[in-house]
Amino acid sequence: MNSVPVKKSDNIIEIKNVSKVFDGITVVDDVNLAVKRGEFVTLLGPSGCGKTTLLRMIAGFELPTKGSIILEKQDVTTVPPHLRPINTVFQKYALFPHLNVFKNIAFGLKLKKIPTGETDKKGKPIFRKYTKDEIAEKVERVLKLVNLEAYGHRDVTGLSGGQQQRVAIARAIVCEPKVLLLDEPLGALDLKMRKEMQSELAAMHKNIGITFIFVTHDQEEALTMSDKIVVMTDGAVQQYGTPKAIYDEPANAFVADFIGESNILSGEMPRDFRVRFLGAEFECMDKGFEAGERVDLVVRPEDVILDRKAGKLRGEVVSCVFKGTYYETEVLSCDYQFTVQNNTEFAVGEAVFLSIAPDGIHIMKKLKTINEFDAVVTGENTVEFCGGEFEFVNAQGFEKGDNVRVKIPFDKVELTDDEADGAVGANITQAFYKGSYYQVQVYTDDDNEFFIDTVDEWDMGDRVGISIKPEDIEVLRRAVTPSDEVAATTDAEEPKEAAPDAKPQEEVGSE
Amino acid sequence: MNNERNTVSADTYDAAAETTAAEAPSRRNKQKKLKMRGVKRTAFSMPYLALSILFVVVPLLIMLYYAFTNLEGGFTFDNFAHFFSRPNIMKVMGRSFLIALITTVACFLLAYPLALCLASSTLNRKAILVMLFVLPMWINSLLRTYAVKIVLYMVEVTNAWTAVTIGMVYDFFPFMLLPLYTVLSGMDKNLVEASHDLGASPLKTLFKVKLPLSLPGIVSGVLMVFMPTVSTFAISDILGDSTTYLFGNIIDQWFASSGGWHIGSAYSFILLVLIAVTVVIANKLTKGKTDVGVGGVL
Repeated sequence: MNSVPVKKSDNIIEIKNVSKVFDGITVVDDVNLAVKRGEFVTLLGPSGCGKTTLLRMIAGFELPTKGSIILEKQDVTTVPPHLRPINTVFQKYALFPHLNVFKNIAFGLKLKKIPTGETDKKGKPIFRKYTKDEIAEKVERVLKLVNLEAYGHRDVTGLSGGQQQRVAIARAIVCEPKVLLLDEPLGALDLKMRKEMQSELAAMHKNIGITFIFVTHDQEEALTMSDKIVVMTDGAVQQYGTPKAIYDEPANAFVADFIGESNILSGEMPRDFRVRFLGAEFECMDKGFEAGERVDLVVRPEDVILDRKAGKLRGEVVSCVFKGTYYETEVLSCDYQFTVQNNTEFAVGEAVFLSIAPDGIHIMKKLKTINEFDAVVTGENTVEFCGGEFEFVNAQGFEKGDNVRVKIPFDKVELTDDEADGAVGANITQAFYKGSYYQVQVYTDDDNEFFIDTVDEWDMGDRVGISIKPEDIEVLRRAVTPSDEVAATTDAEEPKEAAPDAKPQEEVGSE
Repeated sequence: MNNERNTVSADTYDAAAETTAAEAPSRRNKQKKLKMRGVKRTAFSMPYLALSILFVVVPLLIMLYYAFTNLEGGFTFDNFAHFFSRPNIMKVMGRSFLIALITTVACFLLAYPLALCLASSTLNRKAILVMLFVLPMWINSLLRTYAVKIVLYMVEVTNAWTAVTIGMVYDFFPFMLLPLYTVLSGMDKNLVEASHDLGASPLKTLFKVKLPLSLPGIVSGVLMVFMPTVSTFAISDILGDSTTYLFGNIIDQWFASSGGWHIGSAYSFILLVLIAVTVVIANKLTKGKTDVGVGGVL
């Protein structure tokens, strides 16, 4: 990976069960992560997924609400930032405007105490500060590293964005931190500059051998630069692995959708190495699912083979656009619109056949298929959850005031255009097309999360009502222990996937 | 510049056209439009220019005239010689500067930590707290000073100099607090975090980052306290006794006595020059650092 000799399982940073709650909102939710010495790890996710908060906890600017952060086997959870051997490159550089380039970079060095190698009478090591010459030498060397040799005397305010960025990086790495944190450092640069800095950063990482933890929302940046990627959403880790593993074997539909373009479909596994979707049966490389288990699957646009004569599925070309190095063709087949990238031009309206090689189909376990909520029985045949009252059947044996748990399958929840037609109002936050239906995520007014499988198309931000037929609500008796667990987060598969251990996740779709 | 003016007047023209179009367009409106077109932006500053000439430049010239003339109206340097030949008056001048300095330093030492707290903390209702400290400014300063006198009498502060200093610090404290609070609360929090991140303890961060970056606020606060305290006479009049004689009191007395305007003007002029020198020095100190934040005065 890089020049530093590494022992196996030589973790420089371990994050254990870390959660962060701001004003009652969980921003980081029980994250476990281990970073090996010398790695380039990227925290990737949409804005608001908690990646920056996680980084700030590693830096020491925020205290975790729960959990611990271990740096080189020492618990640093409560150690203030100035005592951590970690340095940060800030999103907006945060250079000191009252100091010139040289003094900005020397800021950390002047404060640093280094062991002299000698010990005092009590056996404690004696520390000293860097001399002026040592500081000058180090600053010059790091200026050279970031290609700013002649800039030492310049004012930082007069520098361009890219140059300021280099100074910020130089200021952080000159302190020789154990871990360098980078908080979307390239976000403020224009595209060309960003590309340049990406390769420079990657090269720098190789040269100096410091562990990098990099935060970005740009999936391309993450894929090109990192040794490992942590995909996060809603404060939880969705997948942790090498860029290739994450691209080729996304752990779930979210990761597949977020990383690169993809066709996400829903299907079922009649037996090992076989998957059925869109009415056809395909060979695949995955096994270990129950017979007939419903699964999500992802097919990358470049893995769809288009042929004019033969194939598994028949389709019609909807559009074909030249993208510089390839053609992007949209093909409608069995009501699903495939995105295909290849080197052949097709005419709009042309009939084509699609096929997919076994290694082009990536099977993912369906995360959840049932919404679960804690509820209270409020009447003879009514139950209250998510701030609304629902009717249910088979009410025998339940009494008013009973604490129960309700289960509603995704496809039994109905969304209504008019909020008043439903028992509770909600906002649509996400909608994925799964081949034959949409999986819609909504938040109710009391912040509970509902998943709905529906054939209708809904737009994000739409206001809807939720209604459920009485016979579709399964009501179960609940143990007395009060649980704050909300929404369908307790389903069997998810914890495993959402909080993987240090090792990259391989169990999904392993050969 | 010319171009810019043209566009500005064109804009005005358009705006005028719109408003008039809404009303019944008549010939008179059209004439109005044409007039608007000729108005230059500098025209808007004319009233202020006139006011400042009337109330700043003219009085200064009158003061200069008095300073350089004698009772008969002839040109003379005698009024200045009057000052420089009297060491005890120069001593009073020195004392005025000293007490202004003490007041300024005391105000700064009190206000800076408070401004730090108000600006950086996660205090709820910060605005109310700031308001509480600034609230005394709403009351007439003479009334405030009389109130201080009574309070000092109650707590038995008998030393006249102490009383005057306390009164000055109390009176001018908000003028120090506000610019400091503004500059500190406007400071980029990332810079403070960056300093911690690079290994600076909170105390080191204060001296290496927060203090230098709040320099414009400090200078403006210092000037706003120092300038009025050097020339004050009301506070020393009310709170002090015959020993707390400041330069402001001397000027006050010359102007109060008949025929004393010439010497009083000369004294005022000397004070003015000294204050101007202080301001120039202060500006030199903050030169090139005004981009940091608000508060750079003059």
